[in-house]
Amino acid sequence: MNTRRSVFIITCIAFGFAFLYIPILSMVVFSFNASKLVTVWDTANSPTLKWYGALLHNEEILDAAWISLKVAVINATGSVILGTLAGFGLARFSRFRGRFTLNAMTTAPLVMPEVITGLSLLLLFVALEQAIGWPAGRGITTMTIGHMTFSMAYVTVVVQSRLATFDISLEEAAMDLGARPLKVFFVITLPIIFPAILSGWLLAFTLSWDDLVISSFTSGPGSSTLPMVVFSKVRLGVSPEINVLATLTIGVVSLMIIGVSLWMARASRLEKVTA
Amino acid sequence: MKTAHPLQKIGITGRGLVVVLPYLWLLLFFVVPFIIVLKISFSDIDLAIPPYKPLIEWIGKNSLAIKVNFNNYAFLFTDSLYISALLNSIKVAFISTLFCLLIGYPMAYGIARAQPSTRNILLLLVILPFWTSLLLRVYAWIGLLKANGVINNVLLSVGLIHEPLTMLYTPFAMYVGIVYSYLPFMILPLYANLEKMDWQLLEAAEDLGCRPWQAFYKITLPLSRNGMLAGSMLVFIPAVGEFVIPALLGGPNALMIGRVLWDEFFSNRAWPVASAVAILLLIILVPFMMWYQSVQARESAGAR
Repeated sequence: MNTRRSVFIITCIAFGFAFLYIPILSMVVFSFNASKLVTVWDTANSPTLKWYGALLHNEEILDAAWISLKVAVINATGSVILGTLAGFGLARFSRFRGRFTLNAMTTAPLVMPEVITGLSLLLLFVALEQAIGWPAGRGITTMTIGHMTFSMAYVTVVVQSRLATFDISLEEAAMDLGARPLKVFFVITLPIIFPAILSGWLLAFTLSWDDLVISSFTSGPGSSTLPMVVFSKVRLGVSPEINVLATLTIGVVSLMIIGVSLWMARASRLEKVTA
Repeated sequence: MKTAHPLQKIGITGRGLVVVLPYLWLLLFFVVPFIIVLKISFSDIDLAIPPYKPLIEWIGKNSLAIKVNFNNYAFLFTDSLYISALLNSIKVAFISTLFCLLIGYPMAYGIARAQPSTRNILLLLVILPFWTSLLLRVYAWIGLLKANGVINNVLLSVGLIHEPLTMLYTPFAMYVGIVYSYLPFMILPLYANLEKMDWQLLEAAEDLGCRPWQAFYKITLPLSRNGMLAGSMLVFIPAVGEFVIPALLGGPNALMIGRVLWDEFFSNRAWPVASAVAILLLIILVPFMMWYQSVQARESAGAR
């Protein structure tokens, strides 16, 4: 690359990443600030872990985190099953009745504004309750169903794009050797796309763990999730405990992402060596 | 010749079984709800639980009355709040998309042209914020932008300003929040597109006497058209209906349609009006969604 151009590009990248990371770093730094004013650094008493202690004793946040965790785990598991089936169908069967609709139905949730999805799901649950008595009221079940509906679309994309790049001849060879389709799927396909399925699970987990809008529409009394509690606090301004929560989230997510990508890099190297 | 499995005889095939579950799920929980929204957008508001009147009612013993009420839609067009919120949302989403493109394009370009080892790290750095909570990342900007926030403190201590700037709860804050939150959605499809680019084309153009900027303008830019379109749709469509960012950063005057819908639903309990807003928004966004899908189809067809 010519140098003038590369200087321009490197400057752009540096500014872009500064833009992306300064807000995140500021939350981490200020989570150690003793001052209740949050953004005014209290040099005398900082850094401190006092807000970390306060967060651990905040019942409201802990209860909400427990609900969020339950919803996120069930959602991720369900979404992976539905999304893998849809992704497999779309990647492997070039023609079937309803392919166009399935494709549209798995693309639309990715871009649909959440207020629309949330409202429409709530109205469905209300109408279903009137018609058949299920779901009785709203809570964890309705929230999980709502989350699965948009999370599975993301899993579908991840699985579908992984399947599009993998060598179909492996599956064909197994079929030629007499393996039944189901056996081929479990013995050949599943192990190869496992990294994609794992990242789909993690993605579905985070989408649910972070969701505010669809949860607010589909939750009932006593089932406030972590983002709902955070939102009601944040509306009133900055709070030191939220900085702590953000720092913990960022820590866990970074470790997870780095771990998974190292593991995936290793897996793809192995794949190249054995191929 | 293979003998048909007994299940196949009644029209059940392995293929069908694979897709039937996700298909039915999405049909029930994604498509049917929109039909219900449409239905409720034509009902009367009622002081009951749920707060709307049924469309179809038995009057007397043998007569069925269907009452289709256009008042909610008429209301949207008579009260200027809704139309100006809608127009403002489109404007905000459009300008934000433009800024995402301006910031995201050089980044995606740089990442695509970096050494493979650096490339993976840079890509990871783009994806990482996407995995951390949107709500928390938007919240971070409150701390940066408020009157005694980080940016004002820094500018005051350097002596660039003498009194704090009002940034939080302004349109500026809302734009910053939207561009910031949606930037990864612009970079990733652009990167995926630019990564497939044949850079020898640029070298050939330059060998033939093209200036670097000319080569970029005549070759790279047109070839990355689908990436730009896909990224722009991924930013524009959800940004039109965005609720969290205007609610946290935009202040009480930030008129966005997603917020109007939210308030109609949660504060006014006007479910039919909220439904009519949702339908209006959908009518505007569906063409963009179809456009996005056709761009995606072109992209994956080009990849093969």
